[in-house]
Amino acid sequence: MPALLDKRLVFVTGKGGVGKTTVAAALGLAAARAGKRTIVCEVAEQERVSRTFRREGIGHEEAELQPNLFGISIDPDKATEQWLQWQLKSGALASLLKQSRIFTYLTAAAPGVRELVTVGKIWELAQPERKTARSAPYDLVIVDSPATGHGLALLGAPRTIAKVARVGPITRQANKIHDFLADERETGVIAVALPEEMPVNETLEFAGSLREQMDMGVDHVLVNALYPERFSGPEAKRIATAGDGRRSREAAAGLRAALSEHSRARGQRAELRRLRSSSDSEVTTLPYLFESELGLDELERLSRELERRLSK
Amino acid sequence: MSAPAADVEAMLRGKAICVCAGPGGVGKTTTAAAIAVGMAARGKKVAVLTIDPARRLANSLGLEELGNEARRIDDKHLAKAGITLEGTGELWAMMLDAKRTFDDLIEHNAPDSQTRDAVLGNRIYQELSSAVAGSQEYMAMEKLYELHEQGDYDLLVLDTPPTRNALDFLDAPKRLSRFIDSRSLQFFTGGGLRGFKLFSRGTGAIFAVMKRATGIDLLQDLSEFFRSFGEMAGGFRERAERVNELLADKRTSFVVVTSPARDSIDEAVFFHRRLSESGLSFGGVVVNRMHELEGVEDPGPGDAASLERELAKELGDALARKVARNLDDYRRLAGRDRENLGHLRKELGRARMITVPHLDEDVHDLAGLARMNEYLFRAA
Repeated sequence: MPALLDKRLVFVTGKGGVGKTTVAAALGLAAARAGKRTIVCEVAEQERVSRTFRREGIGHEEAELQPNLFGISIDPDKATEQWLQWQLKSGALASLLKQSRIFTYLTAAAPGVRELVTVGKIWELAQPERKTARSAPYDLVIVDSPATGHGLALLGAPRTIAKVARVGPITRQANKIHDFLADERETGVIAVALPEEMPVNETLEFAGSLREQMDMGVDHVLVNALYPERFSGPEAKRIATAGDGRRSREAAAGLRAALSEHSRARGQRAELRRLRSSSDSEVTTLPYLFESELGLDELERLSRELERRLSK
Repeated sequence: MSAPAADVEAMLRGKAICVCAGPGGVGKTTTAAAIAVGMAARGKKVAVLTIDPARRLANSLGLEELGNEARRIDDKHLAKAGITLEGTGELWAMMLDAKRTFDDLIEHNAPDSQTRDAVLGNRIYQELSSAVAGSQEYMAMEKLYELHEQGDYDLLVLDTPPTRNALDFLDAPKRLSRFIDSRSLQFFTGGGLRGFKLFSRGTGAIFAVMKRATGIDLLQDLSEFFRSFGEMAGGFRERAERVNELLADKRTSFVVVTSPARDSIDEAVFFHRRLSESGLSFGGVVVNRMHELEGVEDPGPGDAASLERELAKELGDALARKVARNLDDYRRLAGRDRENLGHLRKELGRARMITVPHLDEDVHDLAGLARMNEYLFRAA
């Protein structure tokens, strides 16, 4: 099986608030630096990646954010239109259908259609020969996927539709996409977690469902924002028992902060151990960054960290 | 600068429903549970409806599995965690099963068993009710409505599902009633594929193209689904409208839960705006997991060297240096959080805002909830 960055398509998923976008963007930077023509896809009208690169508002256009690194925020309506064009091989028929109110309501109502056209666009971006006119192929497509449950719905959409529609052109197309997504040589999955109870549970459940529904494994579990272990147990004890003597507020705050750090780091280590012992995937950690806000510099730092840890 | 006195009891005075909303990963479920515990302790009969609580929290609330039925939490169990309920206070909790709620709704609305079975057995329905984004949101609202109608509780606390867009659930009832009103549904319920005249007035042409794009089976399944579902359309529409009314009711309060991270704050601001635009009642914001440095007024850079000197006598040079460095990092986080909080306060104007510090340990049991409540219920 090829290494993660040598696949054509990588989904980055995880519970809300764990840093999926940051990881997707950092991974994109690492791949672009390695000389790969890379695109990071956002879905559900998000523009967080493009905002990080100060290019918010790119929408459904493939925009170059940095040399070799592109971004797109997939718009389901535009993706539907493109899908219809591939399917009907006629722009005129596609727009006839798009304008029909019946069709609009049907696609809004039929389960999984929006997910299907979104993942269809992602699939198209990852093909060595693009269906979109005048578009160059990418070496790697990275998806900043929605939170676990919705992320799984996205990956599973082609199969869902194929099951519902049974036969016909949509089924053929959906099966083709499904085969690509479920092929571990082409597609990889990264689950991002935090070393906390809920995200760890959700990661383990996600891995189970992914195996069950897609027969796919999680390539890497990335545990984000891991506190450093600054104080050993005996050190923490010395800090805790450092007398109540008169000291400045600053010093008192310092001692309290040290004990907080120790306690949080210990709690995190326990969750990390639990994740490691119950996960079949490789578990990699990323450090907590004590920065006020994650900008491009911090992203660059994380991407180098990621590069080093993934190539181990 | 300290936060203006605000607490949950004041936010929820005279309210029958508290909807906790906000971005994912900010401790929304935990906050909803803590609010329920705190209000029960103040003599209310409270039920908390939660979607997917952490296992340890679920266990501590006595929710081992998806029950879809509220269960009372034993007072003795609460007392062990140091929580006593005033007077007639009762705490109930329920874990929502969206699929079952949807099935119950079909059962309830179906005119006869034949229609019920046709819908429940339809593959489109099965996908719609379990897999599709949006149905979980709607079902949470639906369950809330049902419990409210039963009128057994003084207060219902709803933990909303983590949606891609934190606001999706607000639109769920509207989306459903719009869909029921839609022409496509009327088209299908008025005879469906069998009924429509091929190639008449353009519709036939549309269908011919649709067939080419999708395949005939899918259309047939949809048509069947809509036909049987259509019989219930009236009931559904009426109910969706009443759910809407309940959300807009004066006795419903929305509490936005956020973390002090910039992304979450931005979402909370957006949410607040949306709520006021929709004329919904906004109770206030809970900012969870604030990095705070007690006793340090100015979060600017400290004098690490003098701190190091002061502590070196007690701790030795190496450890004192580590403590000083660690404090510097914490200062930075506290400074960032304060700055983001300032931004939030500016955006919210006079709205109530409660901050809960980043506690040293994960909140995963009743004792943890009680600890949170020292901050959520701190006003006199």
